[in-house]
Amino acid sequence: MSYESLVLFKLYLITAPLLFVVGIYAVITTRNIIAMIIGLEIMTKGVTILLAAAGYFNGKPQLVEPLIITMIVVEVVILMISAGYIINIVKKHNSLDVSNINKLKG
Amino acid sequence: MDLMYIHILLLGLIISFSVIAAVNTRIIKAAILLAFISLLTTLVLFLLKMPLAAIFELSVCAGLITVIFISVISLTNPLTREERAEEKTKMFKRVVFLPVIVLVCGAAFYMLEKSVDFIPVVSDAVSVSAETGMWNTRQIDLAGQIIIILTGVFGVIALFKDNKDDGGGK
Amino acid sequence: MTVSLIFVPLILVIMLNIPRLSGKTAYYTALAFFVWQFFSVFFPFLGSQQIADLIGKFFTLNVYADGISKIMIISAAIVGFVSLITSKVFSKYDSRLFSLSNLMLLAAAGINGLVFAKDIFTMYVFIEVIAAASYILISMDKKEGALEGGFKYLIISSIATVMMLFSIALFFLVAGSTGLTEISAVLNDFSGNTIVLAAIMLFITALLIKGGLIPFHAWLSGAYAEAPAGVSVFLGGIVTKTTGIFVLIRFLYSVAGFSGNIKAVLLIVGALSIVIGALIAVTQKDFKRVLAYSSISQVGYIVLALGAGTAFGIAAALFHVFNHAIFKSLLFINSASVEKQTGRLDVDSFGGLGYKMPVTSGTTAIAFLSAAGIPPFSGFWSKLLIVLALWSANCKGFAVLAVLASLFTMAYFLTLQKKVFFGELNPKLEGINEAPLSLTLSAMVLCALTIGVGLFFPYVIKILIFPAVGII
Repeated sequence: MSYESLVLFKLYLITAPLLFVVGIYAVITTRNIIAMIIGLEIMTKGVTILLAAAGYFNGKPQLVEPLIITMIVVEVVILMISAGYIINIVKKHNSLDVSNINKLKG
Repeated sequence: MDLMYIHILLLGLIISFSVIAAVNTRIIKAAILLAFISLLTTLVLFLLKMPLAAIFELSVCAGLITVIFISVISLTNPLTREERAEEKTKMFKRVVFLPVIVLVCGAAFYMLEKSVDFIPVVSDAVSVSAETGMWNTRQIDLAGQIIIILTGVFGVIALFKDNKDDGGGK
Repeated sequence: MTVSLIFVPLILVIMLNIPRLSGKTAYYTALAFFVWQFFSVFFPFLGSQQIADLIGKFFTLNVYADGISKIMIISAAIVGFVSLITSKVFSKYDSRLFSLSNLMLLAAAGINGLVFAKDIFTMYVFIEVIAAASYILISMDKKEGALEGGFKYLIISSIATVMMLFSIALFFLVAGSTGLTEISAVLNDFSGNTIVLAAIMLFITALLIKGGLIPFHAWLSGAYAEAPAGVSVFLGGIVTKTTGIFVLIRFLYSVAGFSGNIKAVLLIVGALSIVIGALIAVTQKDFKRVLAYSSISQVGYIVLALGAGTAFGIAAALFHVFNHAIFKSLLFINSASVEKQTGRLDVDSFGGLGYKMPVTSGTTAIAFLSAAGIPPFSGFWSKLLIVLALWSANCKGFAVLAVLASLFTMAYFLTLQKKVFFGELNPKLEGINEAPLSLTLSAMVLCALTIGVGLFFPYVIKILIFPAVGII
């Protein structure tokens, strides 16, 4: 029983940073600004899974629930703000290409 | 216990879908994959004995966020034909790169795991319910949530309204 | 005092919106709130204690105030006040002023919540409040450059936030709770554990990204330079310092303590930021970009002081946070004056502006002298404290570096001052007058503060700075 939960815990501890790596890869190598936000969301899913695992394997899942709920609320607000950014950027440049927003020098 | 295999299956599906979502060219497919990933995360949260957070995740992430993404995608112009053709050649590099990177990092993390010493305590008793946690102990977080929701409302008003733009270049 | 400073802006925003009042009302309400916040620190019986007791009957909140929080509250009040005044000068429309005042009130609530938090997850929530308000404020005018700078800021800062959440999850794993006291208890017991080390590393890296230090500074110049004028004052004066530096100070002081590795990282990052920030500042062609890189350099000084690892180092860092808030806001106000009067900000197109705008030129010179650490201005004393803290903590090489880097600061200061304000009067600048009274008055008040803190620094140090870290 204890060995299995140890293996399971290690599985969670591998998955969460992997999702972080996938998210960072998506943010860095994409040409589409909406795909950058999707990469951010993937990273956030990774953190959610890690938080949930931290709570469960510590014996206190009910203490972590408010944290996850708060995190989701904050995430939604940040997403709305980035949606506002994307819509305004597209209005100005008429394209979703990321090279449009790399024009500033210095 | 075959409960462990469900965990492994769910986590494996999450990683595979996220890899496909990260390299995908068509963002609508990526957004729908994201919704699916949220659904799988909901199942994981249920398995880890957090039903309230699971319902929240389902309704907000798999619902509201997907709606926001699809509305943003449809409000902005889709890629034109030339850009789409160019995307195909680049996609090959990315499709090969990312699974390789994932496997390498997975192996690296697995090696790191050897030095982790942690005795997990499996939880089956509910000591304090989530409602107590949210409304009594963490009221300051609740205040923070209200403040950030109000900020988001003002952000939507400021960013989505169209009048009196100081538009133009720098 | 603590609870009222968080709840009163919330109540004010609700009251300003249910019957939607005018922009001017919102503006004066926000100004009055910042004045009240400033005085609440010294005289809590002025209403904040009563309100706090009243709210305390309904809610039980996990907050406390200590000396470090008080310094941040004072700085936030001053910077918020002048930032609002600067924004009003640039707001033609009442609705813009209304949105701006409400967002500044919400950002103030966020800052107050952050400095009083006793729990690492609460700090995350309020950091996001401040960040959300900043993203909106930067892009309110929907200018092309602002959208780009703001978007880069959003992406990079959100990545830092995710790293912070990772470390919070790892801390919960080992500590079983997210309170600062519980985490510090665990860190004292298991200091060599892999998970603990990973968590501390991730947290500090996230904070360095949010603070805009080298090599994580990619977002800073874009966000500072392209934001509207009043928002640049707010960003440069307080946002980077609370979301990055204050959380670092709180984390190192109350939770993690200063191990050898952490000190080494802080010293190296601080030294790199000072030197590289100053060097890039010399080459910039835009007024606000020079100020942005100057901010990177000054925050490098603060982190270098933290790297000393003693209470004296923390006191020096706090003093420099306070001084930097004042003189950097002053510099951004002057850049707003220049922008308002001439309509552009590229350094090479000016010349001799000092003849037409004497107050702006004079206060800029004084602010830069304070930044470079020239006596008797406030910057000299805080830099002296930093050098002394480093020297007494056996980081003698870094102390010498801090002194020598003042030369770099003088370099970009003299370049800017000469190109913009001194020299021959450019014929295109014939019709320029001095900036409007609100801007010049704020500039002179901040300048007086710089000189005043410099002259009366023993009192400031004894009453405010040293008690914060327990040095009597």
